[in-house]
Amino acid sequence: MAVPVVVEAVWVFWPAVNSLWLSLTKWNGAGPPQFVGFRNYTSMASDPVFRQALVNNVIWLVGFGGLSVIGGLALAVALNRPRRLVGLYRSAIYLPMVFSLAVTGLFWRVLYQPDGVVDSVVGGVGLGAFAKQWLADPDTALWAVLVAAVWRQVGYLMVLYLAGLKGCDPTLDDAAAIDGASAWQRFRYVTMPQLRGVNTVVFAVTVIDSLRTFDIVWTMTGGGPYHSTELLSTYMFEQGFTFLNLGYGSALAVVIFLLALGFIITYLVRAARQEVI
Amino acid sequence: MAVAQARRAPSERVDTTARHAGRRRRSGVLFHAIMAPISVLWIAPMVFVIFVAVRSFDDISARGLGALPTSVTVEGFVTAFTDGQIGQALLNSALITVPAVVIALLLASMAAFGLSRYEIPYRRVVLLAMLAGNLLPPQVLIIPVAKMSENIGTYDTLVGVVAIHVGFGLGFYTFVLHGFMRAIPREITEAAIVDGAGPMQVYARVIMPLSRPAIAAIAALATTWIFNDLLWALTVLRTQTKFPATAALLNLQGGYVSQWNVVAAGAITAAIPTAIVFFAFQRHFVSGLLVGSTK
Repeated sequence: MAVPVVVEAVWVFWPAVNSLWLSLTKWNGAGPPQFVGFRNYTSMASDPVFRQALVNNVIWLVGFGGLSVIGGLALAVALNRPRRLVGLYRSAIYLPMVFSLAVTGLFWRVLYQPDGVVDSVVGGVGLGAFAKQWLADPDTALWAVLVAAVWRQVGYLMVLYLAGLKGCDPTLDDAAAIDGASAWQRFRYVTMPQLRGVNTVVFAVTVIDSLRTFDIVWTMTGGGPYHSTELLSTYMFEQGFTFLNLGYGSALAVVIFLLALGFIITYLVRAARQEVI
Repeated sequence: MAVAQARRAPSERVDTTARHAGRRRRSGVLFHAIMAPISVLWIAPMVFVIFVAVRSFDDISARGLGALPTSVTVEGFVTAFTDGQIGQALLNSALITVPAVVIALLLASMAAFGLSRYEIPYRRVVLLAMLAGNLLPPQVLIIPVAKMSENIGTYDTLVGVVAIHVGFGLGFYTFVLHGFMRAIPREITEAAIVDGAGPMQVYARVIMPLSRPAIAAIAALATTWIFNDLLWALTVLRTQTKFPATAALLNLQGGYVSQWNVVAAGAITAAIPTAIVFFAFQRHFVSGLLVGSTK
């Protein structure tokens, strides 16, 4: 029964500790790593690509996280009560969830091509002037990728919120309605407080997911053009596996870890509280 | 006062129910007027990708990517399978996913069984540490995992990919299964022990059959996670013929630049297995998503 613990220690904890050590070295994979102290971290401060990736990650967190949480919550509230066609609407919205992020990325790459479907639709509604090379233009590339990611994520959050709403007491809502509360007031002061638990989880999951985001960017743009869609995860992968700057790559990974740490702890504390042993 | 109120009440009630019914009908129309276009908007990208996949390369270069198909051809799919080797890639995906899910669930269920039924010192700490491992960003592991795989000889092998999937997912699966197994009444296992069952028998004959719903949910979730993974495959594998579908699609995209019908066909083909799993196990899939995220 110790086997599973050992397996996880070997494949997760040992590598994690190794990354901490490697982040203090300069290493190209051949020969022994060379200890350089905190130099990798100080050189990040003057690395414009790192700064760009950090800014993009913040945009990503707010845009991807915010839009999918708001969208998921709104759709869950709209599709909560049984009605005609509700099942159909729900399935339509969480169907993209079954595709991998790589497949999602390719789907949207096809759609975004010059003269592709997105351009046709934009032209079809009379905005032809705005048609452009969505993924090749540094001004739009990040947003184009973000739309694809939100398209897939909204369904997941909708399912989480639907489960949360199922746990809400419907009599409270009815009581508030009889007392004359408007739909918005009922949502804000009756439903939202009951969703606090789900919100904590959604918040932690969203932040951790945003920092992990890799597949969809890698398939759609590879971080380009001109690093305009670079996230910390893609930059880390490039440094580590394309340029073989294993020390610097590890340092970037440690930064991602430190940014995620607070939310990992939030999730764990909540898990520990439920796990009343 | 009370009498007056009582007398007024019935008429008011009629009044409000009529108004409510009217409002409900209007909100019903509004509801469908908003939800139907949103649903169409969500489905549309998939439909358009299918349109691209079934058009011929000549048709796309002549009339542009955005045009609607006038005829249907499987040209894109044929190229994706023959030159693009999507079939091999799907086989690789299966060879990674099936063993990884089976081994991970076997180990996780044993760990969860031990932690939930026996007084193991610091079991709470062990459990949370295992969960914490799964929450780590994979980025912090990939460089050492690649190096480790090289050192123990599993680099660029499917075994290597299976190993890291098992190791990385284990903590989460254990945590969720433990939550489920803990809720199984102690009396049941105690009765089995009184009847002379050893730990292995209690595990295999009592706990595992009772945990079927939880195992099914986690299996559905784990299958999609592992099948859809790209990062670990890129970390451990190098030879293109060993790539699973996700990584092979990246290559397909690089090799067939501008042949968008091939890329679209490949992407659709790679999506079909997960779509089948989804529709076949829809119930488990949804409960899998909910596992560990709500109470």
